[in-house]
Amino acid sequence: MIPLDIRVQADPFDYGQECGRFAKQSGRIGAVVTFCGIVRDTEAGTLQRMEIEHYPGMTERALTQIAEQAAARWDIQACTIIHRHGPMAPGDAIMMVATASPHRADAFAAADFLMDYLKSRAPFWKKEITDQGAEWVDAKDSDEAALSRW
Amino acid sequence: MKRDILYFAWLRERVGLPRETIETDATTVAELVSELAAREDRYALAFSDPGALRVALDQELTDFSAALGDAREIAFFPPMTGG
Repeated sequence: MIPLDIRVQADPFDYGQECGRFAKQSGRIGAVVTFCGIVRDTEAGTLQRMEIEHYPGMTERALTQIAEQAAARWDIQACTIIHRHGPMAPGDAIMMVATASPHRADAFAAADFLMDYLKSRAPFWKKEITDQGAEWVDAKDSDEAALSRW
Repeated sequence: MKRDILYFAWLRERVGLPRETIETDATTVAELVSELAAREDRYALAFSDPGALRVALDQELTDFSAALGDAREIAFFPPMTGG
């Protein structure tokens, strides 16, 4: 089993530091792909904060299953998923994934797969708070449709 | 049988609580939803469009036709929006 580092946390994380550490692993690793999701402001710039709710227990379980599926399909040597919950400000890092593999194609594909599955299968819910009030973010049909790519 | 029912996101807000333990004879998710929706207006409103909801039995996603079996924890929530 390859090293899976799955963290669900309220605390912020340092994306640069995580990427640096992840890229320093030794072994059959020739490529690292990382992705970071960030709290996006509204077009009018009115977002005060975002709150992310999750389902403790199921979240960790779902993320582990998704990472294990990726590891079974592609030659990845390491995988990190960090996802925050709780209140966040515009520009804050919400989550990241990192994959390491001997060659880049597997690292890219695995990271893309992780993101598609994480969006629709891991129990997180986003709520946007603006000066107009609070609103739950609707799931996009395109996110569900993206799963059929795999 | 006693089951823990969990609600998340806007469903939790509409029902007005995050979890409760209920005694139910329902054998499938769909039966449980009908039973819950018949309880009070806030439940009826929360479950008015089950097609817009997702369900997990003991933390595994499933569908509304699934048998409850021995599941201890049944969670209802809107489609997920992580990432």
